[in-house]
Amino acid sequence: MESRRDVFQAIADPTRRAIIGLVAGKPQKLNAIARHFDMSRQAISLHIRILKECGVMSVTREGRERHCALRLEKLAEATDWLEPFRKMWEARFDQLDNLLINLKSKKNEK
Amino acid sequence: MNFSIDKENKKILVEREFAAALADVWAAWTRSELLDQWWAPKPWKARTQKMDFREGGHWLYAMVGPDNEEHWARADFKSITPLKSFSAQDAFCDKSGNIDQSFPRSMWMNKFSESSGTTKVNIEIAYTELADLEKIIEMGFREGFTAALENLDELLDEK
Repeated sequence: MESRRDVFQAIADPTRRAIIGLVAGKPQKLNAIARHFDMSRQAISLHIRILKECGVMSVTREGRERHCALRLEKLAEATDWLEPFRKMWEARFDQLDNLLINLKSKKNEK
Repeated sequence: MNFSIDKENKKILVEREFAAALADVWAAWTRSELLDQWWAPKPWKARTQKMDFREGGHWLYAMVGPDNEEHWARADFKSITPLKSFSAQDAFCDKSGNIDQSFPRSMWMNKFSESSGTTKVNIEIAYTELADLEKIIEMGFREGFTAALENLDELLDEK
């Protein structure tokens, strides 16, 4: 896989999406994050490194601990992040258009 | 369709015009047998368990996936001005309507107006925290409501 580092790369993986969801609530220590997942600390550490490289997470060292926080402004800045949400509304409204056409033609039949 | 995010006020704003009379659009938004026909983006289907469209009442429904998996949600109606506007608070819940507190809730205000045969719907979805908004979007990805999982590859390819 090519090493693209952007918001889309960050959210392309279900574990990383789960990590984002977890840290969105509040910043957390890497060890605390790792405990939520049924995989090795090394694997989680790698995901967090990717999130950092994608620019959506900041990681600061404090002694032996590593603190992870989401860079929400980075996520929000990327308007494409909202694209699937916008698409959902478009899909919904296309269906509503069809329904409204049906309602109208039913009325005309009467 | 206009779709924008108002970060300062933690709102999503959606605006769309429909080539239909206001009464029909209002009905499509407020009658469950009509909502069931369009509310869920394909391949999901909406299935109403209970609809009580009045102030203090609620709509309880399931989003049913292609493998019959169910995600339950409810909307609690706060204020209703017939043919003009209504507001509701949404939530994820179980099939009895018990609210899942671990997910953020948002407040909806939907306004309807008609001019020369077209009806405009104006939707404001307000969150308590910007982080809540991110969480909902992130969860949307995971659950596939947003069709994101199918579209993600497409999006990634476009990038």
